Amino acid sequence: MADEPVDAKGPEKDSDNKEDIKPKSKESTRPESKASSSSKTDEEKKTAPRVKSAKSKKDGKKTGGKGNTKSKPAEPKEESTEKDGGGQDSMIPLFISSKSQEIFQCVADEHVTEDNPHKLIPKDAIIQDMRERAAVSDFHPVKQLILDYPGDEILLIYDADFKYGQNFVLVSSDEEKQRILNPVVEQAEDGSPTGEEGEAVEEIDPVVYQYVPPEPKEWVSLGSEKEIEEASWKETEQKIRITIRRARREFGGALSFSDRNADDAKDGYIECVPFEDKSFSLKIMELDKDVQAVSTYTDQGSQTVWKHPCNKYTQYAPRELTEAEQKNLLSSETLYNFLDRVTPRFELALQQNDIMDVFRDDWKELGNEDDTFGSKSDNHLKEYQSFTDLQFSRDKVLTCIAWHPSIKGIIAVSCAEKMTYDERVDNSSRIIMTQSLILIWSFSDPIHPQILLEAPEDIVCFKFNPTDPNIIAGGCINGQIVLWDISKYVDRLKNTQRGKQSKKNAMLNVPGFEDDSSDKTPVVRYCASAAIESGHRNAVADIQWLPDHMEVNRFGLMVENRNLQSCQLLTASVDGTIGIWDTRPSKSQSQTADDGKEDNPLGVATTFKHLDLTWKPIIKIHMSRLEGSGDYGPVRVSFQERQGDRHLLEKMQKEGSAGKSSIDRKDSNMGGGFGIRSGSAKEKRQLEGATTKFFVGTEDGELIYADLKLEKDPDSGKLVPPRADFVKSFHDRAINTLQRSPFFKDIVLVVGGWNFSIWKEGRESNPLLISAAASKQFTCGFWSPTRPAVFYLGTAEGNIEVWDLLDRTHEASLSQNISASEITNVYPWHLSHKQQLLAVSDNVGTLHILEVPWTLRNLTHGELTSVTSYFDREDKRLEYQEQRESVHQENKRRLDAEEAAKKIAQPPEPSTEEVDNKMRTLWLEYLEDEKKFLLDLGLVEEKEEPLPDV
Amino acid sequence: MSSEVEDALKRIQHMKDVHGTIIINAEGTPVKTTLDDSTTLQYAALIHQLTATAKGTIREMDPQNDLTFLRIRSKKHEIMVSPEKGFMLIVVQNITEEK
Repeated sequence: MADEPVDAKGPEKDSDNKEDIKPKSKESTRPESKASSSSKTDEEKKTAPRVKSAKSKKDGKKTGGKGNTKSKPAEPKEESTEKDGGGQDSMIPLFISSKSQEIFQCVADEHVTEDNPHKLIPKDAIIQDMRERAAVSDFHPVKQLILDYPGDEILLIYDADFKYGQNFVLVSSDEEKQRILNPVVEQAEDGSPTGEEGEAVEEIDPVVYQYVPPEPKEWVSLGSEKEIEEASWKETEQKIRITIRRARREFGGALSFSDRNADDAKDGYIECVPFEDKSFSLKIMELDKDVQAVSTYTDQGSQTVWKHPCNKYTQYAPRELTEAEQKNLLSSETLYNFLDRVTPRFELALQQNDIMDVFRDDWKELGNEDDTFGSKSDNHLKEYQSFTDLQFSRDKVLTCIAWHPSIKGIIAVSCAEKMTYDERVDNSSRIIMTQSLILIWSFSDPIHPQILLEAPEDIVCFKFNPTDPNIIAGGCINGQIVLWDISKYVDRLKNTQRGKQSKKNAMLNVPGFEDDSSDKTPVVRYCASAAIESGHRNAVADIQWLPDHMEVNRFGLMVENRNLQSCQLLTASVDGTIGIWDTRPSKSQSQTADDGKEDNPLGVATTFKHLDLTWKPIIKIHMSRLEGSGDYGPVRVSFQERQGDRHLLEKMQKEGSAGKSSIDRKDSNMGGGFGIRSGSAKEKRQLEGATTKFFVGTEDGELIYADLKLEKDPDSGKLVPPRADFVKSFHDRAINTLQRSPFFKDIVLVVGGWNFSIWKEGRESNPLLISAAASKQFTCGFWSPTRPAVFYLGTAEGNIEVWDLLDRTHEASLSQNISASEITNVYPWHLSHKQQLLAVSDNVGTLHILEVPWTLRNLTHGELTSVTSYFDREDKRLEYQEQRESVHQENKRRLDAEEAAKKIAQPPEPSTEEVDNKMRTLWLEYLEDEKKFLLDLGLVEEKEEPLPDV
Repeated sequence: MSSEVEDALKRIQHMKDVHGTIIINAEGTPVKTTLDDSTTLQYAALIHQLTATAKGTIREMDPQNDLTFLRIRSKKHEIMVSPEKGFMLIVVQNITEEK
């Protein structure tokens, strides 16, 4: 065994090992063996050759077995396919010359053919032949093999195709011969050989198998590469390539499309019948399945039983002492002693706290040192942008400015002709021909205004509606009140916010899509104006939207406004009247408001159609003079209620029954349906806590405090506006600013003429502060929106003055020249906590936008409390002053009375005797005193009187 | 005697920014108060506990020492407590932020 190569599968001891006669021949035939060989030959291949001794024994057995094969005559007719597969160790290719063929009667294509290739030749004949022809014999190379051949006949197979390399194949094993000749019968034979083999196995048994590690062998193809090749995918079909062409002239030809009936034309209708797609009806022929053994596992859980749950808690009542006990304790000595010991500690601690706040952070305050005025840090107003329109605003007076309440970087400004009344009259024809406009500017385009609002006459004042910024109300120089609705154009304002330039350019570059109108500034015509007969008769000097949480009814009372939409206007005109206007339609009008579509050539918004030319104020108050006849000319009005201040409304909500409807906050972008939903004023509750009193500034510089609430005239029984509470004249020219501090409801800044004053509502005698007359006129003023102590003033010289009440009150903290001509308006706007802008307009048509420095917009440490205490201090001073005044008056009255009384009753002249007596007593008193004094000093000794003799 | 107690309390109560004074006994039951009932109970119960802890801390460090006065500074108030035998006086002072 050791000298023979052993296959790894050697241990297989099957009957097949009988064939392994010649290891040599096996070696030679192996490369030629086919992969498609039968299973039996496969096994043979694998079997290891046996030990020589076993082989000889086997051979003996073989000879025994030979009888079997012999007994069955070989059938020459065999399946060629079977034979083809028979290439084996025992198959030896052999060249047989034509002479030999003749001798053995196996001439190719004569005795043997491709279909019948078998030829049995007797062994003896071959041996005979070999003897006769010796080395010439064709069987000479296999002489030994033939000699060893156990059977009598040797099978020759004609190999017409030279599969084995020669024209014939010699089958050297008897077993193989049998298999080739009668394969079917062979299977039936299986029984008998196995029996014999069983014996053979028994004999082989004693051989001890020894494991020899397998040696690496050359790779032999068994056909796996073919399988891989078959399994791999290859592109077999050639790709289709299609080119479609169309004549160039057919492109871009004139086409005309029209509708037509599909039935009219022959090819107008192509039906797509539903059909079954065969690619979706394939049957599954093959199924991939796999099975994996997984160790068994179980899911289990355990839970404690949830027993009867119930919400319960236990709490003891706090221990309290009974009254008797309390009394007892309170009067006990121990408690008294305790307090006696303890109180000094508390007094000490409380005093400490009073004297000094140990927890004060001094570092925090240090930081602000640098921010006050006068330091080197940047504290000047910086020019941010300026707007002037060559066509519309140049050399005109900018009468009013307003920031857009919601869109950042949008500011509107109204222009008017720079003329006095007389000039206006002279040039009236020219004025009529020129447009009166409000320009709406965007920061993104400093050259062209975004929207132009057209007015019937020059606008003196205008305001954006705080709840719907698309609505703008304006007052004209001729007394008209007009309204605009810019909701159609609001996109234009929004678009300009960012990246407008690029967008516009991109749009314009597309050929065929140039839009000339996109570049043109739209002119918006006013959509309503007040009825001429019921409007003001002189310039409307001030216009304001009432805050959205309140409205004023016909009786001058303030009632709540649950819609939270500003819909009432307050106007003040130089004709001596103050009007309150409601933009909502009255009941009778609301039905007819929407009748019919009239032609609207100017594209006027119909928002306020119901008001146009019929609009009347709901209240009109004549500011009649307290003394003498005539009216005051109100130019500024100021109410206490302020936009966005909801605390009164909320208080009412709380107090009011919970069932009442809550505030339904309407979308502020209501556009067309403006205010129509608001109900009548009847059910509305009065706004408690809101005062109907208001300040009025007049043309002549008077400050009036009046009440809106109408009173019954005792004579006529009619409702008439009450007379003003007081009128003060501290200003020498028309009041141009009357504004409440954004931090204090009751503090009012009044600017007019050459000075300004600060008033506190309720302190009517004097202003808290009045400035000395300045060298130039103040033309406008405005509180800083973020600093309670700061306000801005504009002067006739073109300066902006910044006053900081905490810095100094006798002069401006900062004065800066902005324009060469008069400043007409100043309007700071808090854009973000990083930026605050100050809009300043002048009377030559330029709108300056200045950036407010950090120091002017940031609240300094403790500013609010300081300002509050400053105002309180001033208030107390005034109160004291008033008291003193009244005391003085009282005193004066009394002194006057006394004097008068004295004059009436002069006392009589005393006689000389009485005078002498008086003098004498005085002299004696003096002497007495002198004596006493000298005695006390010890300068004079009292004469001791000697004791009287006994 | 009762009026003298009242007087002593009144004196403290009228000092600047004093929000309220409470006297509680050793069990933490309020004896006399100038605050409303619920606030008093809350102060009494909580401050009593806190003071007991503070007292324990002091005693732990030095058995011969004792807590005499406790000041608690908060954002809104300063609470001052002084325990003595049998009673405890609590004074709550508002803090005035100087701005």
